[in-house]
Amino acid sequence: MDSNLLWIFVSAALVNNFTLSMFLGLCPFFGVSARLDTAFRLGLANIFVLIITSLAASALNAWVLPYAPYLRLISFILVIASTVQFVEMVIKRFSPALFKALGIFLPLITTNCAILGLALFQTSREYGVIEGVAFAAGAGVGLTLALVLMAGLREEAELSTIPGIVRGTAMNLIIAGLLSLGFMGFAGLFGQAA
Amino acid sequence: MSATESPATPTSQGAATAAANEPGSLRLALTLGFAGLLSGLILVLVYQFTLPIIEANRALALKRAVLQVVPGAVSMQKLGGDGATLAPIGEDEKATVFAAFDDQGAFKGFAITGEGAGFQDTIQLIYGFDPAKKQVVGLRVLESRETPGLGDKIIKDQGFVGQFDDLAVEPTPVVVKAGEGGGAHQVDAITGATISSKAVVKIMNTAHGAWAGKLPPAAALKAPGGAP
Amino acid sequence: MSAGPDMKALDELLKGLWDENPVFVQVLGMCPVLAVTNSAVNALAMGGATFFVLMASSLLVSMVRKWVPKAVRISTFIVIIATFVTVADMLLAAWVPDVHKELGAFISLIVVNCLILGRQEAFASRNPIKPALMDAAGMGLGFTFALFLLGASREVLGNGTFFGIDLFGPQFEPWVVMILPPGGFLMLGMILLFFNWMQAKKQARRAAAEGVA
Repeated sequence: MDSNLLWIFVSAALVNNFTLSMFLGLCPFFGVSARLDTAFRLGLANIFVLIITSLAASALNAWVLPYAPYLRLISFILVIASTVQFVEMVIKRFSPALFKALGIFLPLITTNCAILGLALFQTSREYGVIEGVAFAAGAGVGLTLALVLMAGLREEAELSTIPGIVRGTAMNLIIAGLLSLGFMGFAGLFGQAA
Repeated sequence: MSATESPATPTSQGAATAAANEPGSLRLALTLGFAGLLSGLILVLVYQFTLPIIEANRALALKRAVLQVVPGAVSMQKLGGDGATLAPIGEDEKATVFAAFDDQGAFKGFAITGEGAGFQDTIQLIYGFDPAKKQVVGLRVLESRETPGLGDKIIKDQGFVGQFDDLAVEPTPVVVKAGEGGGAHQVDAITGATISSKAVVKIMNTAHGAWAGKLPPAAALKAPGGAP
Repeated sequence: MSAGPDMKALDELLKGLWDENPVFVQVLGMCPVLAVTNSAVNALAMGGATFFVLMASSLLVSMVRKWVPKAVRISTFIVIIATFVTVADMLLAAWVPDVHKELGAFISLIVVNCLILGRQEAFASRNPIKPALMDAAGMGLGFTFALFLLGASREVLGNGTFFGIDLFGPQFEPWVVMILPPGGFLMLGMILLFFNWMQAKKQARRAAAEGVA
């Protein structure tokens, strides 16, 4: 059981990294990865929202959706939107400093496909509550890792001489491709041990 | 991220509609409520229309998989229950073990599904087991995300998959390097995909360990619908 | 956009295909673009589903645009979009179960494709039905075209096949990385490079022409 949880966590964080191998959460990955410290903070905010969404999705799956499976998508979207609002309010109330630091990024999380993706994958893989949390934590760590790596590389690239037509999204995509290639090396991490 | 706005947006009209809408909160709630009602209506209609088709597809895919791993089988019966021995269960219930029968209604073998960690992600498979011969009689990978070109040979490589057509389960099947085995319980690994090959056999062995002791005797099983 | 009404409608359609192509120029909706384009069939199915959702949502949003108060605009649009995505999901599951299984959760993820909400907000909610539909058709076709280009080139390079038909015979060694996740990033990066290069050339030509005049 424990090794299963670990496998879910590591799989979501490294082997099947949410951003680099499942292509979830690409908007912030390209949009907010220009600076290292903001990238890191956004990653942390994502972990938080992911875990709460996972719990909410488990609750919905247990009590509501067996009666109305066709409402799955709509209810997930509404839950995510309200979760983000709720998190925003809580942080504002209890830690104005953190709110100031995260402020503009919180609403952005609503449109992050990683969050909806997490809820959907968790449902289709039939994870329980604890497995769901492990999955969410792994996904969040994976997202943060990818964001931070990307931001670090982009800060470096800023200082290099790069032809004008390569700069911008094209270059970011190719950097992401190389990172993704690197993350493929994590495959087999668990198969080997078995 | 440059979201280019359309240059053709007529702003005058937008301003006119905005002026007409001095929304009170009742109106906001009504609008959302109406949107929700409409969406619920559309969804229920489409759901009613597609549900039987989707369920038929799913049942067909499952049946096809079961019949493929037990040669000669044409019909199947789901097995389940909490007892020490599995018993037949209804068509609509979820099952991991199936009994398969030929066109005479004679018992041909069991089909058992299993899943576990592969090289990349979870692998799901189903295999056929003939208790009389104590042999695995067929295996198919139902779902995997193994590396294309290497790991996905566990699905496509007939040389590998074919080894499960007559594989002894006693002693427990093991994976050996290609060309070094030949024993009735040995499986040659795919060159370049040893880990995926081992994962398949390990998942099969784990599933077999879990279910073998609970399989009912062949005499106790009847083909569904009472064959002639 | 100064020509007659027919010309204008055509313009709405064409801008999405090329000048404002949602993927190559606006770089929107990246998740589905990269995730499902490892074969031409998957790319077309995803493009078709997105096209359907975009058309249906634009039609409805344009129809109700005068009655939806500004404050609940986005929520209403999202409910509309989510409805049509669920419809598309169920229809695909019923008619093409194999493709539906391949695409999995990515069909549902059309909801958060910024392209769709973006078009509702920027165009359909401010225009009558006909231009809104033309705009949706153009953007939908442009999106599908981009997906198809990406999916087809990745399938040809990475698997040596096109729509599952073997192209090069057994001696071809497929460039497997292309159908793996890194290949998605690399291929789209290269296509964007090509677009940038064309744009730069066009600008240089225009500058040269002005210099002559």
